[in-house]
Amino acid sequence: MASFTLRVNGESRTVSVESDTPLLYVLRNDLELNGPKFGCGLAQCGACTVLVDDKPVRSCVTPVASVAKGGITTIEGLGSVERLHPLQRAFIEEQACQCGYCGNGMVMSAKALLDRNPRPSEREIKAALNGHLCRCASHNRIVRAVQRAAQEMRP
Amino acid sequence: MTSRRAFLKASGALVIRFALGPRLALAQDRPAALPGSLNANRLLDAWLSIAPNGTVTIFTGKIELGQGIATALSQIAADELDLEPTRIEVVTGDTARTPNEGHTAGSLSVEHSGTALRFACAEAREILLSAAAAKLGVPAAELSVKDGTVTGPRGTHLTYGDLVRDVDFKREATARVKPKPPSEHRWVGTSLARRDIPKKFTGGAAYVQDVRLPGMVFGRVVRPPSPGARLTSVDEAAVRRLPGVVAVVRDGSFLAVAALREEQAIRARDALKQSAKWEETAALPPSGDALYRQLMSSPLPAQTVAEKTTATAAAPVKTLDALYTRPYQCHGSLGPSCAVAQWQERTLTVWTHSQGVFPLRADLAKAFGIEPGHIRCIHLEGAGCYGHNGADDVALDAALLARATDGRPVKLQWMRDDEFMWEPYGSAMAMRLSGGLDAEGNVVAWTHELWSHPHSTRPGSSAGVNLLAARHLARPFPPVPPADVPQPSGGSDRNAIPLYDFPNVRVVKHYLPEAPLRTSALRTLGGYANVFALESFVDELAAAGGADPVEFRLRHLKDSRARAVVEAAAQRAGWRPHAKGDGVRGRGIAFAKYKNLAAYCAMAADVEVERQSGRVSVTRVVAAVDAGQIVNPDGVINQIEGGIIQSTSWTLKEAVRFDRTRVTTRSWADYPIVRFTEAPEVEVVLLDRPDERFLGVGEGAQGPTAAAIANALANATGTRVRALPFTPERVRQAMAALTPP
Repeated sequence: MASFTLRVNGESRTVSVESDTPLLYVLRNDLELNGPKFGCGLAQCGACTVLVDDKPVRSCVTPVASVAKGGITTIEGLGSVERLHPLQRAFIEEQACQCGYCGNGMVMSAKALLDRNPRPSEREIKAALNGHLCRCASHNRIVRAVQRAAQEMRP
Repeated sequence: MTSRRAFLKASGALVIRFALGPRLALAQDRPAALPGSLNANRLLDAWLSIAPNGTVTIFTGKIELGQGIATALSQIAADELDLEPTRIEVVTGDTARTPNEGHTAGSLSVEHSGTALRFACAEAREILLSAAAAKLGVPAAELSVKDGTVTGPRGTHLTYGDLVRDVDFKREATARVKPKPPSEHRWVGTSLARRDIPKKFTGGAAYVQDVRLPGMVFGRVVRPPSPGARLTSVDEAAVRRLPGVVAVVRDGSFLAVAALREEQAIRARDALKQSAKWEETAALPPSGDALYRQLMSSPLPAQTVAEKTTATAAAPVKTLDALYTRPYQCHGSLGPSCAVAQWQERTLTVWTHSQGVFPLRADLAKAFGIEPGHIRCIHLEGAGCYGHNGADDVALDAALLARATDGRPVKLQWMRDDEFMWEPYGSAMAMRLSGGLDAEGNVVAWTHELWSHPHSTRPGSSAGVNLLAARHLARPFPPVPPADVPQPSGGSDRNAIPLYDFPNVRVVKHYLPEAPLRTSALRTLGGYANVFALESFVDELAAAGGADPVEFRLRHLKDSRARAVVEAAAQRAGWRPHAKGDGVRGRGIAFAKYKNLAAYCAMAADVEVERQSGRVSVTRVVAAVDAGQIVNPDGVINQIEGGIIQSTSWTLKEAVRFDRTRVTTRSWADYPIVRFTEAPEVEVVLLDRPDERFLGVGEGAQGPTAAAIANALANATGTRVRALPFTPERVRQAMAALTPP
């Protein structure tokens, strides 16, 4: 076991775990964050996505030691039910899910997209999310939610 | 106020009375039938309770699985009670608190639970009004209700909360109070935002995966490498010494491990996998066309599902026959199945995303040899399941492992390969259709013969224990093959009986209860494959008679609601009669009334074929749906949209892979599904019929989607592809076969 001080959603959190522990289990079990989900453990589905220094990362295959220096953002860091981030509000307004298990990854990758490209075309949104799987098939709603958020966030 | 404890006790007592209900009914006069699930759960307080602060809690035995049922039920209750939906709490499937409504399946929740709640709430409102009338000393007719406040003629008022002590819902429902007419609905028919969504996008505790209990440990299971494999040896002691390991359980060929941390449980699972030795048998069927040849060579006698003869019908002048096939397909839940189990003394509590907490409890009771009353199953959402996936199985896994953790709760989630290799699949099927046209091109003969394994092996569907680990134990509970789901809803033969008015019809099934790969309910059961075959064949016959597919369908459809959805879909899609595809682009139409009992759904699909590769893209789908009275329009659209895109994925891409011994589908790399760039644009037209009863809609789109794509592909290329899925290779070969050398 080793001690790691992580910067998560703007706060310093210290955990004592093996250095190769996937970040996902640290976030979910040590820090009790529900946002990132276990979907495949293979970086195939995207449900576990978080941002490390504003870039989307698959936390299920990311050893905790590799992100000890970075700033980690989970969906909890974007906003809360009381203070929604425009992306969260847009996903809710578009009712952009059935089960919602993939939603965390969709929102986090969309955040990274809008940060680097505030006016993405529909094609660019689909390309940015194409590595994320949605089994309930809410794809079109998710695209509309990202478009709505982009509209709202436009300076 | 009643304490929570007293409340739980009270509902516990109710559960016992439900159990006695049917026996009492036999001994005495048969009670009058009540609507929906009220019939089996007849006490009003099984369905609702009121707190002194005026909050109404409604109880449903159905469960939320992202289909929005909790929201839809709150809308129905809000209208009957004259209450804002925000004042309504919804308690879903919990064996200690809710009525037993069996499984949440078959697109029946609004029909069953919604109907029950509608009548229960209407009656509750009348009871509340008469209590208020007595208290205020005015006739009930002079009272009005707004958001739970009853107002009398001179402005005097009482809230529902004020009336808690004056009403007793512990009485049998009569269903004599007429629910409101649609014109008085304020919430039913509106797209009220779903109550389960905000927490899902903000990291709230929304799923069973998010349960955290004091002292909880993490579990993983080690499944055999193949169906029928037997565990011969494993070094348990070495794994017990790994960091964090709390328990290793081996019982026959069941193997599981619990650890303090989740990654430790995963590592211990890997170590057990490494050291385990198994004896395997080559018990799986062949792949490819041989799979269907084997399926169709079954010596079991065929059963006639439907037969209709019209002696006056003309003899066919032209006949056709065709064979359609559908492979084994996965539910492929995005989140692998998960459960939390805890033993305290001799009682078991399970937090589960099962679609049926009561049937699960019954099978767990059989597996552990204890009374169902000693088990409580509480539903929490999981990832979307689309039918019977690993949800129930993982509950038994967690409960078996939790016997070894000294009362500490165990959260056990399957790994991705557990889910792909061990979820029960949608059965492979073969459908042989034949038909004949008279001189005018009308269908005069129609035969649909099908071969299939079971479509429901859920807990409670047969006398055995229908939970995976039960068959791996040292003292196993061998699976008991279930009977097919009977008509009129049907199982393997769901939607095999055409809704068209053909004068001679014969539907025959070969139901093969012994399945080499475990199969169970995947959205629509046999409906997806049967509608694919039936509606493809309708187009083949139309083409043989030189008819336009829309005109041909309308010519054979008498049901006016069926005709209306076909016409609406065609019109909205801009259907051009007799339009021919250009070799690349094409359009197809298809129709079904789900189960021949539920929602009517027709759709037109547009496809584009990349001729070089054979790759098919579905570019646009326009659907028209009649679900009777619509509770939540956006909820219906969401279900149909999702159904269309999911079925596009099944139809273009999906098949379970296996060799003669092992399932080789282990990860998403082996089981591609539709991605963002492949999802069609979807438009849904709703035909609202507020004066008609609810018709289940959740599974209405899957069958017609497959056939509409098949018909569009045939329209585009002149090639009929009859084997699912329409992979590039298959489509390329079909096109090559058509092109003269």
